[in-house]
Amino acid sequence: MVVFREMSRTSPQNKRFIGWKGLRRGHTARPLEWLVEKGIFVVSLSTIVLIFLIFLFTALEALPVFLGNTNNSLVQKTIPVEAMDRLTPKQLREYLGLTEKEFAGMPRETLKSLMEVKIETASEAPNDKDAALDTTSWRYLLLPYQWTGYDKSEYIWQPVSQIQKYNIVPLLIGSLKTTLVALLFSVPLALGAAIYVSQLSKPRVREYLKPAVELLAGIPSVVLGFFALMVMATLLQKAFGYQSRLNTFVAGIALGLAVIPVVFSIAEDALTSVPRSYTHAALALGSSRWQAAWQIVLPAAIPGVFAAVMLGFGRAIGETMVVLMASGNASILSWNLFDSTRTMTATIAAELAETVTHGHHYRILFMLGTLLFLVTFVANLVADVVIHRLKHKLEGK
Amino acid sequence: MKTFNQHFSTFVMTLGIATSAQAGSITVKGSDTLVILAQKWAEVYMGKQANVKIQVTGGGSGVGFAALQNQTTDLADASRRIRPREIEACLKSFGKRPTEYKVCLDGLSVYVSEENPVKELSLPQLEAIFTGKVRNWKEVGGQDAPLTVYSRENSSGTYEFFKEHVLQGKDFAASAQTMPGTASLLQAVAKDKNGIGYGGAAYGAGAKHLLIKKDEGSPAIEPTEETVVKGTYPIWRHLYVYVNPALDKGEIAAYLNWIRSDEGQKVVKDIGYYPLPKNLRE
Repeated sequence: MVVFREMSRTSPQNKRFIGWKGLRRGHTARPLEWLVEKGIFVVSLSTIVLIFLIFLFTALEALPVFLGNTNNSLVQKTIPVEAMDRLTPKQLREYLGLTEKEFAGMPRETLKSLMEVKIETASEAPNDKDAALDTTSWRYLLLPYQWTGYDKSEYIWQPVSQIQKYNIVPLLIGSLKTTLVALLFSVPLALGAAIYVSQLSKPRVREYLKPAVELLAGIPSVVLGFFALMVMATLLQKAFGYQSRLNTFVAGIALGLAVIPVVFSIAEDALTSVPRSYTHAALALGSSRWQAAWQIVLPAAIPGVFAAVMLGFGRAIGETMVVLMASGNASILSWNLFDSTRTMTATIAAELAETVTHGHHYRILFMLGTLLFLVTFVANLVADVVIHRLKHKLEGK
Repeated sequence: MKTFNQHFSTFVMTLGIATSAQAGSITVKGSDTLVILAQKWAEVYMGKQANVKIQVTGGGSGVGFAALQNQTTDLADASRRIRPREIEACLKSFGKRPTEYKVCLDGLSVYVSEENPVKELSLPQLEAIFTGKVRNWKEVGGQDAPLTVYSRENSSGTYEFFKEHVLQGKDFAASAQTMPGTASLLQAVAKDKNGIGYGGAAYGAGAKHLLIKKDEGSPAIEPTEETVVKGTYPIWRHLYVYVNPALDKGEIAAYLNWIRSDEGQKVVKDIGYYPLPKNLRE
């Protein structure tokens, strides 16, 4: 033991095992590094905790909608103010929808005013066959219904209305439609650019091209949206001659510009990280550079390319400002690309500021937020699983 | 989560009380329609009363009411009346109904492109156009061209007002394109020769204001100060300020009185809205 200590103190070979100030190994050996390491760990953990908390907050705000605990029916039983004393405190509390704590500290006058407001609300209910419906239930959120004044059963999103109509199907289709256009436009361009830059171009050209494409990512989406609103919309309308100036097509193309750098950057990295020896072997066997890139390198990089496309999808479906400005925001249910469209993100951005906090509209917007979160989460999960499978397959396991 | 929310709201409330208790400081929050006017009022008033500080922010009528409930603002600007649900929230928070003050009038114009030959429309025609019953300009006396309807976001007080008074509570056509603000709506209408949209009468450069008829038989009227204040122009509304009655004293009461005085109403005119008729100023 003593000998070993002597050796470890003196032997230059073992010197690197002796820590800071010549102390033992472990956390006492390099306390500063240990501290920094733990600090970084806490920081990285806090990001995960933060994301989890954000999801928890969004989901909790939306929970009553998911569980069907909301009721916005305009026809509700009212009790005249004079009858206040005949109710037991518990009945009164439940009638006014108060928590026990709120109820305990509330003066009689306020309770009376609350009862008056209930009656006012009921008296303002429109004379309409739909007034008694609870339009926040899943039946009206997802299925078409023939509302008063409409000729047929329709999917209608009209949250500010006498009868609030919260059908989310037009918004879901709007989001998907715009994302689809964006991906159809951006993925071929971004992939083409990535293949060219990583496989075919001269190194000098590559040095300029790569940062130039990635510069696109630095354009704030509000600037992109403004550009689409003012310039692209007019140009595209002149070129294609469709009726509404702002539509899915314009928004999708503008969105595509935001997606290109994401897809390009990751796909390019994936293609570059395929060992050069693959290309060299292919070239040595007599293939052209194009054949090597297309038939050897691209298949080998497919998991990375797939990941790039999925990230592009996440970016496109979550992007708000571009679609808010360029899509026209009309909540029509149609698959026509030249109709205006309203996406989930734009709806939340445009409407949340004016909703009554904890009201029905507010909760439904949070429900949309939760759905968006879930969609991106599932997309990422699927991408991850597929990538792992592909990798195993490519590596021959 | 519940307890967190409670803690958070008490925190916000103490913060709000702390700021509003500070001598001579008034916070104003709410409607984007009113924000320019409210800022101008604050500027002029602070120029006269050096010891008063007024802080104005926008965000929308609903945001103002939410702040009023949480007691993070003294005054809430609104381009619509308070809803029963919001009164309920106020009662739960501070036990009283907020006091309503009408502060000025606003006329809503209907815009079309300069190239459009149509000069006037009646309210029933507007209703048919904005609910999507009429889809071609020739049905209302224009050229044979499809109509493009531009509307505002449903968070806007202007949207609600137009829906209630012109559409008689019916829904806007689903195909109506919604614009984030009056200025961008005007842009869109100016660029689209088949477009039609609506917004505050104070705006309007670049597009043409239509003359409005109450019904087919009545005269077509242009939105001017005279016609709006008299009420002959059919599409006009009040703009409001709401206040917690417990705070409606001292500096705040003085400020509210000044807003509705001749001097305050002169500012209204400068900004492009219309002053309150004398009988509504008390």
